[in-house]
Amino acid sequence: MLNWLWFVLLAAGVLYGAAAGSLEAVTEAALNASGDAVRLAIEMCGLLCLWLGVLRVAESSGLVDRLGRALSPLVGLLFPDVPKTHPAFSAIVMNFSANLLGLGNAATPFGLKAMSYLQELNRSKEDATPAMITLLALNTSGVTFIPTLVISLRMAAGSKDPACIIGPTALASSLGLVFALTLDALIRRRQRGR
Amino acid sequence: MRALSAYAIPLLLLVIPLYGLAKKQPVYEQFVAGAAEGIAMTVQILPYLLAMLLSVAVFRASGAFTAVAKVLAPLTETLGVPTEVLPLALMRPLSGSGALALSADVINEAGPDSFPGLLASVMQGSTDTTFYILAVYFGSVGVKRYRYALPVGLSADLMSFIASYAVCRFFFSGGL
Repeated sequence: MLNWLWFVLLAAGVLYGAAAGSLEAVTEAALNASGDAVRLAIEMCGLLCLWLGVLRVAESSGLVDRLGRALSPLVGLLFPDVPKTHPAFSAIVMNFSANLLGLGNAATPFGLKAMSYLQELNRSKEDATPAMITLLALNTSGVTFIPTLVISLRMAAGSKDPACIIGPTALASSLGLVFALTLDALIRRRQRGR
Repeated sequence: MRALSAYAIPLLLLVIPLYGLAKKQPVYEQFVAGAAEGIAMTVQILPYLLAMLLSVAVFRASGAFTAVAKVLAPLTETLGVPTEVLPLALMRPLSGSGALALSADVINEAGPDSFPGLLASVMQGSTDTTFYILAVYFGSVGVKRYRYALPVGLSADLMSFIASYAVCRFFFSGGL
């Protein structure tokens, strides 16, 4: 599916560009995107190092273990395939908490660490597991209590009440999350039934 | 809530090493060992990131994206949804920076406290960039077959947009 999607975006861009006479813009965008990806990766590299370092300290002292054990009844409901004492739980919890607090920078490293733990439990390494898909559903729904970026945009545009969107945003994204988790659980159950 | 957000990171940076020291752990060495993992992870992610940004950038720059949005515009009009937010809804799962630019447009053009401006704000904040997350998360562990992850992510985005509209109608224009 991803092969197709990737190709369709590229092909549509090139063909439309040829028809509309915007091929120069296409060339420029392609070259710029490659540079942008490297810049983004370097920026992310620093954050990954920072948070994976902090996480390692927390793991070695047993702090992560305690957090994971405390929250495992709750998180276990969403991730029935993950053993109760697995360190993946704490990484998932920290990923979700960072998202809630609007700390997207910290959420990604914890999320990627959670993925690598889930991959350890994966028996066929090139296929996504149900637990991985649940983790992604948690992340793509983007549940957050503080949409920092949007508030600053609204402030810059001279809004009378820049933060008035906090409640509605939390509500809308929670509805999206509940929907995603329900759909995920339904598909998972259906596939297991086969 | 925002205070919590401001204190969260400094607090973590204090409490986690402190707890480690109390347990007689070599915290500095552990931090460095953990941080080293970040470099390998970056190298692993980069090609996926590049492939994703490349295809979205080509699609946008050619004008194909605007054309698709124009074709779909009558659909939102008949539903009574402000047409300004349609490009944003289409861009949101594809590109974080692209969507942010479009939200900024709507917020500035229509005004931050107008209905389209509020709706764009809520839409921007209530979902995340699905394609980017899928590419980076799966790429980091080398998973190639995503199974049903994409349909779940995209239908959640759609649901969030519908919810954003309903919630904005309810909060900002006095009822559904």
